[in-house]
Amino acid sequence: MPFDPQPDGGVLRFITAGSVDDGKSTLIGRLLHDAGAVPKDQLAALRRIAARQGESEIDLSLLTDGLIDEREQGITIDVAYRYFATARRQFIVADTPGHEQYTRNMVTGASTADAAVILVDVRKGMTAQTRRHLYLSHLLGVAHLVVAVNKMDLVGFAQSAYEAVASPIAAFAAALGANSLHLVPLSAKHGDNVVRQSERMPWHAGLPLLALLEALPSAARIREGALRFPVQLVRRVASAEGDQRRLVLGRVESGRLSVGDEVMVMPAGTPTRIRSIVTYDGVLAGAAAPQAVTIELADPVDIRRGDLLVHAESPPRVARKFAATICWLADEPHQSSSQRRYQLKTGTQMVPARLEHIVERIDVATLSTVPAPETIARNDIARAQIALASPIAFDAYRENRATGGFILIDAQTQATVAAGMIELDAR
Amino acid sequence: MSATEAVRRSVVVPVPPLSHHLRHLESEAVHILREVAAAFANPVVLFSGGKDSTVLLRLAEKAFWPAPMPFPLLHIDTGHNFPEVIAFRDRIAERLGARLMVRSVQSSIDAGRVRVKTANESRNALQSVTLLDAIEELGFDACIGGARRDEDKARAKERIFSLRNSFGQWDPRRQRPELWNLYNTGLEAGEHMRVFPLSNWTEIDVWQYIARERLELPSLYYAHRRAVTIRSGTLLPVADVIEPRPGDLIETRVVRFRTVGDISCSLATESHAATAESVIAEIRAADLSERGGSRLDDRTSEAAMEQRKKAGYF
Repeated sequence: MPFDPQPDGGVLRFITAGSVDDGKSTLIGRLLHDAGAVPKDQLAALRRIAARQGESEIDLSLLTDGLIDEREQGITIDVAYRYFATARRQFIVADTPGHEQYTRNMVTGASTADAAVILVDVRKGMTAQTRRHLYLSHLLGVAHLVVAVNKMDLVGFAQSAYEAVASPIAAFAAALGANSLHLVPLSAKHGDNVVRQSERMPWHAGLPLLALLEALPSAARIREGALRFPVQLVRRVASAEGDQRRLVLGRVESGRLSVGDEVMVMPAGTPTRIRSIVTYDGVLAGAAAPQAVTIELADPVDIRRGDLLVHAESPPRVARKFAATICWLADEPHQSSSQRRYQLKTGTQMVPARLEHIVERIDVATLSTVPAPETIARNDIARAQIALASPIAFDAYRENRATGGFILIDAQTQATVAAGMIELDAR
Repeated sequence: MSATEAVRRSVVVPVPPLSHHLRHLESEAVHILREVAAAFANPVVLFSGGKDSTVLLRLAEKAFWPAPMPFPLLHIDTGHNFPEVIAFRDRIAERLGARLMVRSVQSSIDAGRVRVKTANESRNALQSVTLLDAIEELGFDACIGGARRDEDKARAKERIFSLRNSFGQWDPRRQRPELWNLYNTGLEAGEHMRVFPLSNWTEIDVWQYIARERLELPSLYYAHRRAVTIRSGTLLPVADVIEPRPGDLIETRVVRFRTVGDISCSLATESHAATAESVIAEIRAADLSERGGSRLDDRTSEAAMEQRKKAGYF
């Protein structure tokens, strides 16, 4: 069946991480196939390919390996988004490549995900790459970590083989501080514990993968948070009475706002009031995340793109410096001594920034640290002190993804060179 | 308050509330359209008169209301059109008060910019040259399109803000990481951006939105009686550009078009769906992918869309 919104279970966004060798593409293909989400003509195309290659069974991994280079090299180059639905819930899947050189794509997929499905080959156990995937998912604030222990058919569906892999993974996740970890022994190739409960692993009491994904609570708790309304645009239009109306356009990223609310324009801290909330579908008394609305303010205060509307009782931090964990994404490394300038973008704010001090580089495989490294290169994770040309309003990433996450853009090449998550403890 | 807004407020139309999912998609698209208006000097909406770009225009109306939509419209005319789609295109542009620019593949052919083997071959892939020439001529720095990731494997890997180099090409290996909703809108000389606010929408989402918003569409999208050419099990519209072949049968059938593009590559499907709601029911039951069942150009090879995109296609 095509992707079909169901109101009850809501949407779950999840990423899949692991290499082709771990059977990731096969797992996603199996999930889509057994959930009945593969249209007839696509199945027919797979059968034609199998016939051409003299294979008796269709290759489910071809459902996700899309680009010509990928098929030729048997790799996945880029994040691919898939959409499918079951009777209970709809899913948006970000399929991210597992090769170490493409970690930046995993960070991209994880930034908006509620859950991560991480593939492990039961014969190999937890690898450096598994640790990297667990670490990055947790770092990016993905609420649920699901480890699919694959290729159980190749170890005779033995519980002992599974346990030997599961224990160190559970220990590593606990060390990270992850509090929602789920392990599923399965065989993507044969379909055991993917959609259907496997009869060959009666010792596993947990749900098959799809049932688990249907049951996970989605992390849409943003409505209850503090009001954060980043201003996208300020426009003037003439009203019917001939005077100017000033419209403030933006999206409620968290919390809610109502007509009459006392608010502050950050980072300046100017107080004002919400006079009205205007939308194409009529005026509103209030709006909640993630609604995109247009606001009129009661006073002619100074306000522009990049400002943040908040309630006075739950203000963000305002500063010119903060500590953050950054993921270096660019091919070209950063040299500590270079004092290179970047543009930092968070919400709708853009401000010139420098990496003032690299505190430490984190070895993702061991969680050990290297203090004050001279360079950070692609795929490195580091804690850094960041200095800005002017103060901005922000929150800790752990509290709010929208006001605590940022990207760094190279001012010369316009490339996105790093992604960062603001920490509040160290100032 | 403007006069139209006063009317809008006073008319009470019972509209079902948007589902949580559609509300989220709408807000994401509105946010993206506003980011385009904030970041680019000369953006344009690519408007074909098809269902996806019609949804896109409603979202753009909503994004800036009560101010007018700040984008002109560009249509790349293949010359092989359904006349009702062209009439619809003009009517919508007029209703929105939007400036409509049309650049035609035929002019590119006449100017020798595009070479065709036969006058009647599909011009779908040929549009890329005309589009890139129009972008250069009119100086657009961002082109907003209605493409969706669920349409095709190559689209599934494309960013929402998708950079094109100075030759208009998409390079899947050099895409910018796109985290959270932080879009990097920077360009170097000669580059431009393609922006896809409907990236996360599916065909069903689009139809549910059409139903909810009561959007007008070209009549081709709904069941109607039409003379069709039956050729190896597929139904082609009868048109000047469809050259008869031995074995063709021409019959009148009740059909609709699931996608509407260049007339020479749009296939009809037998259908009795006369409303958006019945189209939704039909798609749910059909079990065929959108383009696989309705487009000749995507049937040609497994990687047809990817190759067109690398050459600068929409």
